Amino acid sequence: MLVEKKKKRGAAIPQASLADIAFLLLIFFLVTTTMDTDKGIHMVLPERGGEVKINPQNIAKILVNEAGLILFDGKQVEDGELRELLSTRLKERGYDADGNPKLIVSIKTDRETSYERYINVLDAVKGSGATKISIAEPDKE
Amino acid sequence: MFQKKQKPQSGIPTASLPDIIFLLLFFFMVTTVIKRSQGIPILTPAAEQTKKLESKRHLAYIWADEMSNISIDDKLIPASAMSSISNIIRQKLDADNQLIVSMKIDKRAKMSLVTDIQEQLRDAYAVRVNYSTRFLTNE
Repeated sequence: MLVEKKKKRGAAIPQASLADIAFLLLIFFLVTTTMDTDKGIHMVLPERGGEVKINPQNIAKILVNEAGLILFDGKQVEDGELRELLSTRLKERGYDADGNPKLIVSIKTDRETSYERYINVLDAVKGSGATKISIAEPDKE
Repeated sequence: MFQKKQKPQSGIPTASLPDIIFLLLFFFMVTTVIKRSQGIPILTPAAEQTKKLESKRHLAYIWADEMSNISIDDKLIPASAMSSISNIIRQKLDADNQLIVSMKIDKRAKMSLVTDIQEQLRDAYAVRVNYSTRFLTNE
């Protein structure tokens, strides 16, 4: 009787491709990781109390009614116009002798104005380069 | 007399490469934050002057939709309990005095709602706010 010698099978896991597999996983996680940063328009709300008298010459008043129409200096204007008017106003008398901003842009809305219109107006004001922006409280009905 | 010059071994050892890659992999797996949906569904308004916020560490969120539903930390705040907002924000401000309140408000909401929230924030001395908007793309 012929006894054949049993062949031993290799029991090792091939490790040559381990790095490739790990790389693949690594790249997958790198790609799928989303750094979702928040974005928006930054504002500082007025603090409570302490009313300061300001020369009305240094205030640019913007009123927005419930239909979203803008009144600037007693004239009805469009969004684009508002930006132009404000940036010329800022150039003319936006800064004092030391170059510090002195013109305050005041935005006042109606309680029925939509938030979107308010953001549009705020966007136009920020776009004109104004830094001192004040939000006036709408009148209570 | 003539000694054989020993050649310095060239070649990068690759035996530990999988370990290094696994280490990197685990680092990314651990630091990846799987975004948990929170708040209430809203449509953010678009604005050209939208800026990215530097860090999320000092942010608190207030969600509000056009039906005047307000949500803070996944809890709905009924309209009758509007005044509790200032208490909640006050507590957050005490824990972190660099707090910025991010207002995620639906664009269809009325300014009365926004004003009421802002009044609550002013009561809590949380004056640094952020109106959450998205970048305006008008092509």
